[in-house]
Amino acid sequence: MLITITLEPESDSQLDATALSHLLRKRPEKLQTFELSVGKAHVFYPEYSPQRTTAALLLEVDSIGLVRSKRFRGDNGVLDYYINDRPYTASSLMTVALGNVMRSAMTPVSETYPELADAPLPLRLEIPVVSTRGRGGDNLVRRLFEPLGWNVEQHPIALDEAYPKWGDSRYSSLTLTGNVRLHQALRQLYVLLPVLDDSKHYWVSDDEAEKLVRQGDGWLPEHPERALISSRYLAHQKELVQTVDTLIDDSTLASVANTEQPPELDHGNAQTPLRILRAEAVIKALKDCGAHTVVDVGCGPGALLRRLLKDGFFTKILGTDVSARSLEQAAKALFLDELADADKQRIKLLHSSAVYRDDRIAGHDAVVLMEVIEHIDPERLGALEDSIFAGTKPRNVIVTTPNSEYNRLYPDLAHGTMRHDDHRFEWTRPQFSTWAENVATDHSYTVEYRPVGEEHPTAGSPTQMAIFRKATA
Amino acid sequence: MSQIRIPEAGLVLLVGVSGSGKSTFAAKHFGQYEVLSSDTFRGLVGNDPNDQTVTAAAFEALNFVASKRLEAGLLTVVDATNVQQSARENLIEVARSQDSLVSAIVLDVSARTAKDRNELRGERAVAPAVIDRQHKQLKKSLRSMRKEGYARVQILSTEEEIENAVIERHKLLNDFREDHGPFDVIGDVHGCLDELLLLLDSLGYQLTYDEQGRAIDAEHPEGRRVIFVGDLVDRGQDSAGVLRLAMGMVGNGHALCVPGNHEAKMVRALRGHNVVLNHGLDKTMEELKNQEEGFARKVLDFCDSLVSHLVLDDGKLVVAHAGLIEKYHGRASKRVRAFALYGQVTGEVDEFGLPVRQMWANEYRGEAMVLYGHMAFRDVEWINNTACLDTGCVFGGALSAMRYPERELVQIPAKEKYCEPSRPLESPLGPEREPGVLSMEDVSGTLWLKAKGMGTVKINEAQAAGALETMSRFAIDPRWLRYLPPTMSPSESSTVPGYLEHPQEAFEYYKRQGITEVVCEEKHMGSRAAMLLARDPKRFDAPEGWLGTLHTRTGRQFLETEHERVVLQQAHDAVEKAGLWDELNTDWLMLDGELMPWSLKAESLIQDTYASVAASAIAATDASVVVLERAASSGIDVSALLPRTKSQQSSTRAFRESYRRYVGSPDELRFAAFQVLAAEGASFETKDHGWHLAISDRLAAAGPELFSNTRNLRVDLSQDSDVEAAIQWWEDLTAAGSEGMVVKPWVNLTKAKRGWVQPGIKVRGKEYLRLIYGPDYLEEINLERLRQRATDRKRNRALQEYFLGIEALRLTAAGEPLWKVHQMVFGVLALESEPLDPRL
Repeated sequence: MLITITLEPESDSQLDATALSHLLRKRPEKLQTFELSVGKAHVFYPEYSPQRTTAALLLEVDSIGLVRSKRFRGDNGVLDYYINDRPYTASSLMTVALGNVMRSAMTPVSETYPELADAPLPLRLEIPVVSTRGRGGDNLVRRLFEPLGWNVEQHPIALDEAYPKWGDSRYSSLTLTGNVRLHQALRQLYVLLPVLDDSKHYWVSDDEAEKLVRQGDGWLPEHPERALISSRYLAHQKELVQTVDTLIDDSTLASVANTEQPPELDHGNAQTPLRILRAEAVIKALKDCGAHTVVDVGCGPGALLRRLLKDGFFTKILGTDVSARSLEQAAKALFLDELADADKQRIKLLHSSAVYRDDRIAGHDAVVLMEVIEHIDPERLGALEDSIFAGTKPRNVIVTTPNSEYNRLYPDLAHGTMRHDDHRFEWTRPQFSTWAENVATDHSYTVEYRPVGEEHPTAGSPTQMAIFRKATA
Repeated sequence: MSQIRIPEAGLVLLVGVSGSGKSTFAAKHFGQYEVLSSDTFRGLVGNDPNDQTVTAAAFEALNFVASKRLEAGLLTVVDATNVQQSARENLIEVARSQDSLVSAIVLDVSARTAKDRNELRGERAVAPAVIDRQHKQLKKSLRSMRKEGYARVQILSTEEEIENAVIERHKLLNDFREDHGPFDVIGDVHGCLDELLLLLDSLGYQLTYDEQGRAIDAEHPEGRRVIFVGDLVDRGQDSAGVLRLAMGMVGNGHALCVPGNHEAKMVRALRGHNVVLNHGLDKTMEELKNQEEGFARKVLDFCDSLVSHLVLDDGKLVVAHAGLIEKYHGRASKRVRAFALYGQVTGEVDEFGLPVRQMWANEYRGEAMVLYGHMAFRDVEWINNTACLDTGCVFGGALSAMRYPERELVQIPAKEKYCEPSRPLESPLGPEREPGVLSMEDVSGTLWLKAKGMGTVKINEAQAAGALETMSRFAIDPRWLRYLPPTMSPSESSTVPGYLEHPQEAFEYYKRQGITEVVCEEKHMGSRAAMLLARDPKRFDAPEGWLGTLHTRTGRQFLETEHERVVLQQAHDAVEKAGLWDELNTDWLMLDGELMPWSLKAESLIQDTYASVAASAIAATDASVVVLERAASSGIDVSALLPRTKSQQSSTRAFRESYRRYVGSPDELRFAAFQVLAAEGASFETKDHGWHLAISDRLAAAGPELFSNTRNLRVDLSQDSDVEAAIQWWEDLTAAGSEGMVVKPWVNLTKAKRGWVQPGIKVRGKEYLRLIYGPDYLEEINLERLRQRATDRKRNRALQEYFLGIEALRLTAAGEPLWKVHQMVFGVLALESEPLDPRL
């Protein structure tokens, strides 16, 4: 990866461009090489004249060594593979090179050219490959550099010219021109290259916050994107971001919450969200069935379990999910480790799959399948029916699923699409009841239907619920 | 000398007051771990063997350990005073819950002796008053102990008796593990003497008759023996005759017999208990009355001598009248006997008023083959290594015998219907057994999956858990997912300069295994795919009109449903045209192959990874070269850097070319079916690759719009010229842009001197490997480091997955139940859930 720094004074200027070599403290006559932890950094001058002087910093990354070394475990898995862009795109690796090779030029002090060292200079920085990861990538370069007085020229790089329909890659080449102090320019690159790239090759530790404050001195505190810069530079670790705020000691600035997180969708009224209405409806149904012991099949991260646990009506609660990760999240959300013995005995989590019979979930008053069936391929619904209605055979089964008739009332939902990427189907009310009637007949249950959420006169409610009760002989 | 006989498995209680010498006795006669002493457990839970305040906790722990030992079938001796009935009761309960026998050995020494001995203990001494109390309790116990349910109570009442006691451990009555057969296991006879005689005759037994012409023995010239599964009597034409023959055979060592519920009831009737004489017992009792004097007595003794079930042939065969769950094999308790005689009843009654029986066999997962009778079925079916041999002879069905170990069924049809069955005979598979029913038990916890003749593959809990979500949420329906292909190991890193992989190492691997004939197959540039084609959807419990499936290495559906249908229809047409349905005599077929182009499955991977890296690499190296050249022209010496950067510039372009070869459009879809996996009744892992490739060629000829063939070369590794030609073939292939080749043993599935041989070793092309190891991997400094890679684990896994895959195919071909097949398929996915160097 490469950065070039060009000093090109106006033709009527007194400034001698070769001063750049003094400011950088790198001799112009030969190529200098520095061995660094991340590879070899070379500094040389492709052009050297009083009119225009260009310094190049070329970092040769040892890509194989990077992957093989345990030291460079990134925080995002990029280095799990040999095939990665690390050797080519300006990133935190370049920051390491800058910090090592250009350290002295990153301070405003120079013995030979004291006045030049802290004076704005007509600079041009060229970075042939920067990546812009994450949201807002397109505009990000401008948002980061323009407030600092740079004129930004950005050229996207095509993914593969042989396949024009693939469009641009996430990389672009960048030229920044402006009258900026050299030490500031270098420190801005030092901070902003990893911010653009948004992926660090090392674990971010506590002293990174101080480093950011130091390198941001003189330009970061007033930067309008400071929150985003801190967040990305510190690998989105909130505590570190707060440390930066405290260190900058600027309490007037808005709190640095993760600005990239979209605000919670607010529909502009005080309506209770559907997921809460749904959980409440399920709980009411359970109580109507007199079900004190409950299995929540497909419990996910535990939204319903938390409510069940709070309610003393439920004496035995079992949450199952096919995703081990969801169960871990549920355990956290329920504070399972901190529960008193009495509560701990009431609730259990179990890794299980609804398309396999599982004797371990037998013996409860009710099984809840809340927003579960629509995540199962239609041809495998039979296996779920078998496992619950023929295998477990609880007295009550409560099933909720989206009512697709209601979808047209969601303005953001394109016609014919479903509410969630993973939904394998969404049913109208007649489709749901056809399924439910068949299940009930096959396994000797009766069914009752209930709407969940606000009912629309023709489209019905957003969620539909069926309560199956074992028919008594 | 007092000989004490105790069962070699079970619980032994030592009973005696403190100081009676129990610990000394225990140490003398039993092993260190066999003795559980209450003092030791007091020490374990409370640091002091004499601390009576921790007695409750100590016994809780002791009971737990005892229970675990009994579960494992180990003799367990409890060294505690055991003088109180309540204390013994708890221990007896532990034994019962493990269906183990309990014996007691009482050391009944005088209170005086105990006190004297106790004094010698010094600090550990017990108060004399305590000993007196214990002594009183012991005396009381001696009067009542007989009724507490021991298999045996041995009382040693003198010092001398204790001193001279000898313990003799005997086998349990049901333990016939040392008897290896061969056997002919005969189902419920129910008095059908004529059919029994015919059956014995057709099994090759020679009958002996008494002077009245009654059969009294049958002997096989090769020493085979009969095992009767019980219910010899009632309903049929000559129950007494059947008893006479069976008793004769058992008496002469030509048969074994377990009791049935009909014998049990007959015994009660013979003893004069008040028994309702129905279900044919009235007739049997009548017959017995008409036999010679003393016959009924002999029958009674015979029936009394029968043991509820038999464990035979190293535990590989279990015979019980009504079958037996695995937990009860070789155990002895009332409930074991009840199960063996009456089976498991749910308490419900069916439409015919008969008790509903739990089909324990459906849940059975045990090692041992279980043969049984009791419930009459239309035919004999294997259910999880169990078979019911009652085919309702007396109801006009047949009398059945199973030859063991041959697993051969021999049947004699009933001469007439002697009795009307209360419900029509059904298949033992039952109408309610859903073919698609899978249980969490099949796929969770530690799984030991047996691939017959190849080995057992262990799937640990974490691996199984790791596959559950993928299998449940992303794989196709298990009914149709009958196979997953194994992973494949690359050749060892090559020592040939400039290469990371080279044919030489693959050839050497096979030579080391003693294999000289291999086939080199072109490695296609696509994605591994398995295809199932079925002409009869019912065979796979699929809906009308279903043609089969095409799925990935992880069990996902390859194409969206409409597109899949088109492709499968093309495949059906080609198979039809090539005449394979008839040739393989099948209605379904599974093919293993490669689906091209790769971009079909991996377009986003190509764009996000390969194309992106290439785009950044080309832009970066181009810019570097420009800057370096400018520096060179202004006289700076960059000779150390410029050539290297230029070489990177060209390798990044080569990298781009490497992935571009994999980009194709979906309408160029082709399937190279390089192996025929299985069809009805057969799997083809032992057919040589010549056979497979010939079929592949025929499919490509019959359906060129879908099938493409696989270029290949047969190589005799003992001929240097052959080897050289093969290396050149690989060079040419990869130079022309191919991914590489796979080297396989020509004869396919092979076990060599050193064990099972890798089914294939891949040798990837020089250019292709850029996509795996990066654009610059060929730089010597990089190659040197990349050569350090270990293929052992990969090869081990490849073999394990290969075994499981073959077993899945064999089970499918044999029409075995879905859960068995699914376990194997799940096993492959579970092994894959554990990360391993993805570059291999």
